[in-house]
Amino acid sequence: MKELLEAIAKSLVDNPAEVSVNEVEGEQSIILELRVAQTDMGKVIGKQGRIAKAIRTVVKAAATKENKRVIVEILQ
Amino acid sequence: MENSIEKTGKTVEEAINEALAELNLERDKVDVQVLEEGSKGLFGIIGTKVARVLVTPKETAEDRAREFLNTIFEKMNLSVKMQFKEKNNSLNILLEGDTMGILIGRRGETLDSLQYLTSLVVNKGDKEYIRVFIDTENYRKKREETLVRLAKKLADRVLKYRRSITLEPMNPYERRIIHSTLQHNSMITTYSVGEEPNRKVVIALNNRRKSNNF
Repeated sequence: MKELLEAIAKSLVDNPAEVSVNEVEGEQSIILELRVAQTDMGKVIGKQGRIAKAIRTVVKAAATKENKRVIVEILQ
Repeated sequence: MENSIEKTGKTVEEAINEALAELNLERDKVDVQVLEEGSKGLFGIIGTKVARVLVTPKETAEDRAREFLNTIFEKMNLSVKMQFKEKNNSLNILLEGDTMGILIGRRGETLDSLQYLTSLVVNKGDKEYIRVFIDTENYRKKREETLVRLAKKLADRVLKYRRSITLEPMNPYERRIIHSTLQHNSMITTYSVGEEPNRKVVIALNNRRKSNNF
């Protein structure tokens, strides 16, 4: 899941080297914290959060397959 | 690059053409680096030098899309076959596999997201805009048929009860299907309300006075 999010983010941004994902395992769900370069924030959020929503949808689909709940957080 | 090829010829042009023939590509689909200009020498006898060029195929929209989707499917542990068709600035991608339900998602939500993200990756940088369509198991066609049926059924209901009906939120593509299905029905009018991503179509009775004023 972590690798999936990382791969998607890296394909979208201008500075792939600055993409990092931190996985926090909760009781019922996994939280994935995505960090990107400040100048790339728009590339992973998009107008009205449209890109962020699409990323979450795809990651959730992967999670469903493994019967997990996953939350994607984009951090400043 | 690994798929570059080097060719020689009497002139640069000749060397390029030879490379294009071997790659089976048009001139605008490759980058050319001239390694050595040819020289006819003196009277074409003394000191002739062949021209040498390095020809590299340009990364196409298809390459970018294939690489991106392959990575995603690999990380999701899905084995998916892809078919690409490119024409007139649009790229159609057909997915095939055993687990397409996961990639379609509720009401096609996942498929739409994949399509949107792929389009962003393909159109990264300031190149000519290419529209990306992704489909699997004829989902788009089936969804369109469902929406057309829904639109007609709800239009009948609006006429019967003389009350407007608001549909659930849809994306622009799906809303357009509803609008265009009912646009020739003069007793009905359709419009959209709300903001993306919660924009919804409203099917309402056509107000005759309004249309007369028009």
